[in-house]
Amino acid sequence: MAQAAMSPTGIDLSGNPRRRRKETLIRRVFQAAAVVSVVVSAAIVFSLVGRAGYFLAQVDLATLIAPSDGWFPRRGSFDVMTIFAGTLLVSGIGMLVAAPLGLGAAIYLSEYARPRVRRYLKPILEILAGVPSVVLGFFAITWITPQIVERIVPGAQFFNMAAAGIAVGILITPLVAAVAEDAFRSVPQSLREASYGMGARKRSTTLNVVVPAAVSGVVASLILALSRAIGETMIVAIASGATGGSAFTLDPAAPGQTMTAAMTALAIGSDQVRGTEGTFESLYFIGLLLFLITLALNVISDRFVRRVRQKY
Amino acid sequence: METVTTDSPRNVHIDMGARKPNARPSGEPVFEVADLAVYYGPFRAIRDVSMSIAQHQITALIGPSGCGKTTMLRCFNRMNDLIETARVEGSVRYHGADLYDKRVDPVEVRRRIGMVFQKPNPFPKSIYDNIAFGPKVAGFKGDLDDVVEESLQKAALWDEVRNRLKESAMGLSGGQQQRLCIARCIAVRPDVILMDEPCSALDPIATGRIEDLMQNLKDEFTIVVVTHNMQQAARVSDMTAFFTAEVNEEQDRRTGVLVEYDKTEQMFTNPSDERTENYVTGRFG
Amino acid sequence: MAIAAKGPRTSDVVAQQLRGRSTDVKGIIFQAALLFALLLSLLILLVLIADVARGGLGVFQERGGEFLRGRLTVVSPTTAGVGQGIVGSLLLLIFVVLMAFPVGVAAAIYLEEYASDTRFNRFIDVNIRNLAGVPSIVYGLLGLVIFVQVLAPLTGGKTVMAGGLTLAILVLPIVIITSMEALRAVPDSIREAGFGVGATRWEVIRSHVLPAAAPGILTGTVLSISRAIGETAPLLVVGATTGLLATGGRGFFESFREGYTALPVVVFRWTSLPNEDFRALTSAAIIVLLIMTLSANAIAIILRNRYERKW
Ligand SMILES: Nc1ncnc2c1ncn2[C@@H]1O[C@H](COP(=O)(O)OP(=O)(O)OP(=O)(O)O)[C@@H](O)[C@H]1O
Ligand SMILES: [Mg+2]
Repeated sequence: MAQAAMSPTGIDLSGNPRRRRKETLIRRVFQAAAVVSVVVSAAIVFSLVGRAGYFLAQVDLATLIAPSDGWFPRRGSFDVMTIFAGTLLVSGIGMLVAAPLGLGAAIYLSEYARPRVRRYLKPILEILAGVPSVVLGFFAITWITPQIVERIVPGAQFFNMAAAGIAVGILITPLVAAVAEDAFRSVPQSLREASYGMGARKRSTTLNVVVPAAVSGVVASLILALSRAIGETMIVAIASGATGGSAFTLDPAAPGQTMTAAMTALAIGSDQVRGTEGTFESLYFIGLLLFLITLALNVISDRFVRRVRQKY
Repeated sequence: METVTTDSPRNVHIDMGARKPNARPSGEPVFEVADLAVYYGPFRAIRDVSMSIAQHQITALIGPSGCGKTTMLRCFNRMNDLIETARVEGSVRYHGADLYDKRVDPVEVRRRIGMVFQKPNPFPKSIYDNIAFGPKVAGFKGDLDDVVEESLQKAALWDEVRNRLKESAMGLSGGQQQRLCIARCIAVRPDVILMDEPCSALDPIATGRIEDLMQNLKDEFTIVVVTHNMQQAARVSDMTAFFTAEVNEEQDRRTGVLVEYDKTEQMFTNPSDERTENYVTGRFG
Repeated sequence: MAIAAKGPRTSDVVAQQLRGRSTDVKGIIFQAALLFALLLSLLILLVLIADVARGGLGVFQERGGEFLRGRLTVVSPTTAGVGQGIVGSLLLLIFVVLMAFPVGVAAAIYLEEYASDTRFNRFIDVNIRNLAGVPSIVYGLLGLVIFVQVLAPLTGGKTVMAGGLTLAILVLPIVIITSMEALRAVPDSIREAGFGVGATRWEVIRSHVLPAAAPGILTGTVLSISRAIGETAPLLVVGATTGLLATGGRGFFESFREGYTALPVVVFRWTSLPNEDFRALTSAAIIVLLIMTLSANAIAIILRNRYERKW
C-alpha cells in the first residue's frame, strides 16, 4: 500500500502540493471569518453579563419590582415593571399598526398583484424600510402627535407612547410584509389550483387555502416584528421622552419609559447627576434583559420559518 | 474484501447470480472496479460492482432509472466526494493506482478524468473563457488560443463559433452548448471522458452529431457513457454494462447491481441474463 | 342551477351562468382593502417626505451649501450645520466597508461553499441568524465595553474607530446572510462544471461562483451601508456625541482616533432641542440623511432588479 498514490505504470495522482496547500490556507481564512461571528456573540455576552451582575450586587433586589416607585435610576428606583410596561405598550401599538398593514400588503403582493405591478409596488415597502428610525422619531413628534394622536385623544401630551407606538408600527410594517410575503409565495401553486378547481373564488382561496397553509410564516413574521419593535430605540427615545425616568403608567397618551429609551437616557447622560452606586451599570442590566427577550423571540420565529421550509 | 458487513445477513445471498465473472474487455484496462458499493447516508445506492474498463473504447452504462448509473460514473473521477453524505466502499483502480487512496488529490483525478453532464452547463462566460478555464487552472503555460481552437475543432464546433469566441456561451443552442462542454473537457487533455446522458436534453440531429463525435474521440480518449437510450448504446459503444435496481426489503429502497457486462454486440444479440434480455428487448424498465 | 328549459337558447343560459353573480362585492372590497394597506405605506412615506421637506427646504434656500459645511452646535441656529455629521458618517462607513464586507463575504463563502454539515457549522449558522436580530443598542453596549474600554489603547476611547468598528460588527450578520443567499442562488451545475475540469474549490468559487453571485452580494452590501448610515442608538452609546470632529490640521489616519459625530446623531441632538429654529435645521439634516440612506436603498433595489437572473 505504501506506493498506492503512484501506480505501477507510474501515474502520480497526488496532485500539485503547492496548489493543495494554497487551498487549505484559503479554507482556513474563510473559516476564521465565519468564527468571527461566534466571537461577536461571546463578546456581547461578556460585555453584558459582568456589569449586569455588578449592578445586581449593588441594588436591593426588592426594588427591582416596585411599580409604585417607577423607574428613576438617579433616585435608586429601578422598577423594571415600569419599563416593561412601557415597552409592551409601545410595541403592542406598533403591532396593531403593522400586522394589518404588513399582512394586507403581503397578501396583495403575493396573490393579487400581477408581476409587473408587483415589481413597482414592492419597492415602496423596501424604501420605507430604509427610513432611519431617528427620522421616524422626528416624524412622530412633528406629525403623528399633532395630526393623529391629538385628534383621537384631545389633550394628549407632546411626548406620548401612542405616537411612538404608531411610528414603531410604520418601522416594522415592511418587515412583516417581507417575511409574510415569502411565506405566501412559498405556498405551492397546486394548492391554489385545487381550490379554484372546486369553483372557489380568489378571496376564499386566499383566506381558506393560502393563509392557513402559510400560517407558520405569518406567525414568524409577527414574532420577528415584535422582537424588532421591542428593540427599537430611537423612536421611543425621541417621541415618548428620554427624560431619564418615568412613573409606572399604562396611558398611551402620556410619556413613558421603555427599556430602550431608558438605556439611551443612561447612555447619553441626560440624567446628568451621578446617582447611587451602580446607576450606570443598570444600563447593562436592561441590555441583558433586552438581549435575552429578543433572542428568545428570534429563536421562536426561526422555528416557525423552518416549519414553512419543511412543509414545502 | 466483503462489503456487505454493515447490512443484515438477509441481503447477502440474494444477488449471487449477478456476481458471475463478467467478460473482460480486450485491451489494457484503464479502470478496475472491485466490490464497489456506494452509500448516501445509510442508503446503499449500488453494491458489489466489479468490472474493468478498457482503453480507447466506449463503454456504455445502461439500466432503468434510479439503478445507480450516475452514482457509478461519478465514482470514476471522485465527483461523489462533493456530495456530503456519499461514501464509497471497495476499490477503483486507475491504471493500477487506487483512486480512493488518502494521498490521491481528487482535483488531479478530475483533471485526468473529465466529465460531461446531462444538462449542458457552460459557465455564464464567453465561449473562449469556457475552454480556457481548465488549462489555466491546471497551470498550462503554452498558447491558450491554440488550445481553444484545437479543442473546439476536436469537438466539431470550431466552424460554428470561430467568429464569436468572445460571445457568451449561453447564447449557443443546446447541442452546441453540449459540444462546448465536451470541448471544455478535452481542453485539459484528459485521459478519460465520462459522459452522463450527454444527449438526453438534445434533439435527434444534435444527438447524432454528438454520437459521431464520440466515435472520433475514441481514438484519443477512453469514454464511459451513461445512457437511457438503448439504440444509442448499441450504436456507439464497444462494451455495455447493464445495471438494475433490486428491491432491498430491509430498507425498502432499491439498491443497484451490475447484472451483466459484455461486448455490446453480445449484450444486444445474445445476453446471458434474463433480466438483460428483458430490458434490451423493451419488456422491462 | 338546473338548465332553464325551453325558452332561451341553452348557450345563452350557460354564458349567463359562466358570468356568475354579476359582481363579487365581498371580493372587491377585500382586494381594495389589501391594496389600501399597501398604498397606505406609500402614503405614509409621502407624508413623511412632505413634512420633512416643508420644514427643511427653507434652510437650504437661505443658507445653501453653507449648511452642509456648518458645525454641529446647539446654541446658534444661524451657523449650525451638518458638515461634521456628514464627514463623521463617511469616516464610519470606511470601517463598515473595509471590515464588514470582506469578513462577511468570507464567512458566507465558508458557510455556503466549504462548511460540511457538522454540529459546529450549524451552530455558526444559527448564531449568525440570531445576531441579525440583536437590537442595535445592544451592539452599542458591546462597542462600549470592547472597543471603548477594553481596546482603548488601540482605539483611543470614544473615537471614530470605536464607532466604526461597532457599526461594522452591527451590519456583519446582514452582509453574511444576504451573501449566503446570493451564493445559494448560484446553481450547482456551474460548480460541477468547474470541478469536472479539475479546478479546486477556490478556483471554482473565484472564477465562477463569486462572479455569478456578485450582484446579490453587492445588493446586500449596499443595504447594510444604508443601515449603517441611519443607525443612531449604538453610536450614542459608544459616545458619538461627546467629542466633536476636529477640523483641519491633522492627518487622515489620526482622525480615526478622535472624537466625532455622525449625521443621525446630529438629527437626534437637534430633535431634542425645544428651540423652533432648530426644528427647521433638524428637518434639513433629515433631508440630507434621507438622501443618503434612500439612495443607497434605491441602488440596491435597482441592482437586484437588473441582475435578477433566471437559471
Ligand atoms: N445525492 C444523493 N443523495 C441521496 N441519494 C441519492 C443521491 N443521488 C442519488 N441518490 C439515490 O441513489 C440512487 C441511484 O441514483 P442515480 O442518480 O445514480 O441513478 P441513475 O441510474 O443515474 O438514474 P437516472 O437514470 O434517473 O439518472 C437513487 O435511488 C437515488 O435516489
Ligand atoms: Mg443519472
